[in-house]
Amino acid sequence: METYIEIIMIILIICNLWLLAASRIKQCIYLVAFQGAMLGLLPFFQTGHGILPRTFIIVTGITLIKGFVFPILLTKALKDVKVKAEVEPLVSHSVSMIIGIFALIISLWLDERLQLPLTIESELIIPLSYFTIFVGLFLTVTRKKAITQVLGYITLENGIFAFGVSILSEHPWLVEMGILLDVFVAVFIMGIMVFYIEKEFDHIDADKLAHLRDWKIHKNKLFSWDIYHSEAEEESK
Amino acid sequence: MLLSLILIPFISAILSFLITNNSLRRLLLVISPIIHFILVLLIYFTQISSGNIPELQGGWISLDPLGFFFLAITSALFMVTSFYAIGYLKKENKGAKKDFESKYLFYNAPEAIFTGCLFLFLGTMTLVTVSQHFGLLWVAVEATTLATAPLIYFHRHHRSLEATWKYLLICSVGIALALLGNFFLAVASIKATPHLIVSDLLNNAEKLNILWLKTAFIFIFVGYGTKMGLAPFHTWLPDAHSESPSLVSALLSGTLLNCAFLAILRMHQIFVAAGIETFSQELFIIFGLLSMFVAAVFIIGQTDYKRMLAYSSIEHMGIISLGVGLGGIGIFGALLHALNHSFTKSMLFLVAGNILSHIKTKSIIDIKGIAKTLPVSGFLWVAGGLAITGSPPFGMFISKFTILKASITNGNWIITSVFLFLLIAIFTGFTQIIFKMSQGHGKNIEAKEDKLSIIPPVILCIVIFILGIMLPDELEKIIKSAQIILEGQK
Repeated sequence: METYIEIIMIILIICNLWLLAASRIKQCIYLVAFQGAMLGLLPFFQTGHGILPRTFIIVTGITLIKGFVFPILLTKALKDVKVKAEVEPLVSHSVSMIIGIFALIISLWLDERLQLPLTIESELIIPLSYFTIFVGLFLTVTRKKAITQVLGYITLENGIFAFGVSILSEHPWLVEMGILLDVFVAVFIMGIMVFYIEKEFDHIDADKLAHLRDWKIHKNKLFSWDIYHSEAEEESK
Repeated sequence: MLLSLILIPFISAILSFLITNNSLRRLLLVISPIIHFILVLLIYFTQISSGNIPELQGGWISLDPLGFFFLAITSALFMVTSFYAIGYLKKENKGAKKDFESKYLFYNAPEAIFTGCLFLFLGTMTLVTVSQHFGLLWVAVEATTLATAPLIYFHRHHRSLEATWKYLLICSVGIALALLGNFFLAVASIKATPHLIVSDLLNNAEKLNILWLKTAFIFIFVGYGTKMGLAPFHTWLPDAHSESPSLVSALLSGTLLNCAFLAILRMHQIFVAAGIETFSQELFIIFGLLSMFVAAVFIIGQTDYKRMLAYSSIEHMGIISLGVGLGGIGIFGALLHALNHSFTKSMLFLVAGNILSHIKTKSIIDIKGIAKTLPVSGFLWVAGGLAITGSPPFGMFISKFTILKASITNGNWIITSVFLFLLIAIFTGFTQIIFKMSQGHGKNIEAKEDKLSIIPPVILCIVIFILGIMLPDELEKIIKSAQIILEGQK
């Protein structure tokens, strides 16, 4: 069974690095979906206690939601909003890749430092889940569009899921289903929000969501008291 | 009884999604929180006051005094604000509205969705207070985020959209880290207990792996701290509080932040039991003071009064965190402070809503003389401003004083002096703005203040006034037993 897990882990590394380099949003959506579906299969190979009916339910649920529902939802959002198909990163693709490789090294180092007090099927899972979490956080922070931030969030969640599934063989499935439901609803609401952002702003660049701030020192009179003052000036004229 | 307490809000939510008649739904919005509150009182007087702890699901769900304390605050505040909500929904009911900042037209979200999400919010918060399983607790906290996102996006214009997006993304990422923290906790407890139930963990605390426990605490602290609004993870808070409808801001500030703090306190309980509470206490003190500092910087010279209130929430979360960090009588002060802050801040947000609906601006320099033009709201605004900065005779004076006393008895003069300095700075900044808005001659306002928008804040004002003069015996008993839970039975 260990070989299967290791195959999944190699797929995970490739997916993460590819995500950092991918330039098309659609490609990213498929990559995240593929990654999620692969991770969804992990509980099958965690054969500490054989395959129980509940393992089957969880595997089906996760693979369905992460592998099919999320990409369908997000491609639909993407189609509705008619934005440019490029990712538009704040940090260029090549730099992202280099940072990604460093993240991989740091994850391996972190795993050395934080020794697990238990034995698990494959030693690779833990450092690679850290790696996926790093990549998810990095994608959320450095990608401009709202939809790519959602993808970053899903990647982060995939990483956390990989960690959780590898250590918890006896996790109550009610909680697991609750977590899955929460993540599903979160992504669902985010998908709707992406649509609204496009409608309201004519784009989904999250870096342009910058109206709300504390010190508004701007040349163009965009803010309330500027408008007030300019109105007052006009009135006095 | 505990089960019906949890189910009532969820059933009401489903009903309000289904009911098409507006007045019927508003009736539900008043009745259901009252039933919820009565049930909370009933549970207290039949079970908790005599020392019983109601349980469900083999200890997964149970209501200890600590959870009860936060549940009672939540339920009472929700009941009071639901009356305000009726008046608010009547006013905001139909048609396109003009955005007073950018002069565009916008629509509100459908009332059924708003009411339904309010109930979901109450339901998920109830679930947070009764969860004794860390996984369930996580599910409940994340669900509060999801239930409140549509509430913040009630006014469908671009600023509230921006606020909602930031809220949703920052909190979701934060809470995802808390989930990782939960898994770390599972690693730490692998030799102690198979389930992440608080009481099991407390009983087997000496078998926990300390290194992993500390790592877990950091992630859980960052995760739920994001939700609680501790600096430097607070960035969503001013935006969400300033752009959501005032009654939602009141509930967010008064109840949601407390619930997130409860989630951190559950972890602190385990640290106390494992005998390494100095680690968590240090974090509580550092981030508490940092939050107060950030709040002080942004309150002084603030131009938007709803943002000012939001930063004040960050300040008070910092004070509460500091109180818990100091330990001993500081915990008592912190819990009392949480209660006072919830009531005072909710009242201020409701009053801010009244000011906003009459004067139609959030900019502080455009507002003058509300003490004359809006007699009741103006009075409440000044009273609330004095109360929130900790002036006697309001409840907050006592709780701040208790925390100060704890920090003096603790003997660390750096903490005490920084705490006092920041309190004074915030007092200066806050009162200056409050008086600037209430004094002077403002434009006359024709419309009178609506009864439903006045009575709820007046009730809250009376409550904080009473809390300033006396501490009811029952309340003291609850806080004392919650304090014992947080200090551990030694």
